[in-house]
Amino acid sequence: MDGPSSWVQSIRRKLVLYWPLIKGLQTSLLMVTGLAGYMSARSPISNLATLAGLSGSLFLAISGATVLNMWWDRDIDAKMGRTQKRPLPRGELSSQETLRLGLILSVLGIGWSALLAPFYALVVFAGWFFDVIVYTLWLKRRTCWSIVWGGIAGGMPILAGRVLALGSIDLIGVLLTLAVLFWIPTHTLTYAMRFYSDYQNAGVPTFPSCYGFPVTRATIAASSVLAACAIATASVLVGVQWGFVRLLIVLSSGLLLLAISSLLRPNERLNFGLFKYASLYMLASMVLLSIR
Amino acid sequence: MKVSLVDRLLFLMTAIVASYQIAIGIEGLGSIPTLAYTVGFGALLVAGLLILILGFEVLQSPVVVVVATLIPLSLAIGMVWEYLPGWREAYVLYAGVGLLAIGLTRFIRTSRQIATLVLAVVHGVAGLTIMLLPLGAVMAQRANPAFLFVSLGGALIGLMGLLLSFLRMGSLALGQEKLLRAFTLLFFGVTVVHVLGFVWR
Repeated sequence: MDGPSSWVQSIRRKLVLYWPLIKGLQTSLLMVTGLAGYMSARSPISNLATLAGLSGSLFLAISGATVLNMWWDRDIDAKMGRTQKRPLPRGELSSQETLRLGLILSVLGIGWSALLAPFYALVVFAGWFFDVIVYTLWLKRRTCWSIVWGGIAGGMPILAGRVLALGSIDLIGVLLTLAVLFWIPTHTLTYAMRFYSDYQNAGVPTFPSCYGFPVTRATIAASSVLAACAIATASVLVGVQWGFVRLLIVLSSGLLLLAISSLLRPNERLNFGLFKYASLYMLASMVLLSIR
Repeated sequence: MKVSLVDRLLFLMTAIVASYQIAIGIEGLGSIPTLAYTVGFGALLVAGLLILILGFEVLQSPVVVVVATLIPLSLAIGMVWEYLPGWREAYVLYAGVGLLAIGLTRFIRTSRQIATLVLAVVHGVAGLTIMLLPLGAVMAQRANPAFLFVSLGGALIGLMGLLLSFLRMGSLALGQEKLLRAFTLLFFGVTVVHVLGFVWR
């Protein structure tokens, strides 16, 4: 009875369930940072196979880490309105299946990285380690400062891309990593404020619960500005065309304007706007770094 | 009012067109015109993105008046610097004093009449410069007739300023929704005709 069409349907059903587990949009954005890191040193691209390997290995490794994060945090997700509709808290996937999926994706991603270049694989593994072991398993439920480690993990794909291109870590790679590291708080802290009661219910320590909203807003504003400074400096050092630097300065001034406004007239709409603008800014910066 | 999908697309396209002009369209000019055009198109770009992200409520902010003046003023400075060398310093001085006056009358308590008068003079002269200067440059055969697109842009900027005033006063004659729809189209139109004029001149 089980014809090819039922197989296809079954696979499609699984993919529909797996997609939210890997946080497709966030994983893709991190993968794009990896590509930008690579292209910041190797543009225009001449080796499409390496580029495909970079994309594939990063996507798998980041997805694996994200799935393992979902698996570990399934009890927290069930308590939070924002996350309780995910497949695991809703019981659409078993925890064993999710764990297996996370491990398989991680092994495939890091294994593929090792085939491309050992040093590159080490950086990819470092990102996975910081995200899964340090951030998720160890610190997330203990301290609100865990986001720093989450940020470092988020900065690893762009560093990995640059390392794959150069074979070493250079100042530009460090600056690009810092740019992503400083961008991450605009994302996580905005969510921490927007879903404050959710995190309280789940017992997860966050910046707003530890230091209050004004300090959190100031942290978001400061980290946005630092991210902009890091990316602008890296762009100049990379040798991005002057016209693109001009564009980056204009976009940075918009970020600065929003950051200052959110400090002077704090409200949720402005705060969420800053988060959205910072995400758009990061994406635009990556594109500019890639096309140079 | 909620920003519709069409409005979002128009603001996004405005941002892309302005980005193109900043990154590629003003290469090879002197440092002052480059800076002036970067500020002008940069204000269009950032304003487009902010409305896209935060919605039309942004238009009620007092900063909008300053930004709305910055666009014609900086474009006019760039053009005067390129085409009227004898007026460079005087125009930059006028623009600086004008912008300062607008900022002061908006953020410090002054009478409404004075604030409106200052805005009308500064905005008006900049708008006229953008409208008339390309006309002169084309007649003197110092620019391609396509530069007249910038004149059209100057006229549209004036219209946009008028619309903004209506919106900020909460005018009900046309209805907020119609005014905002017209504003979105004008905003996109202003950016596109300016870019076309500068690229093809």
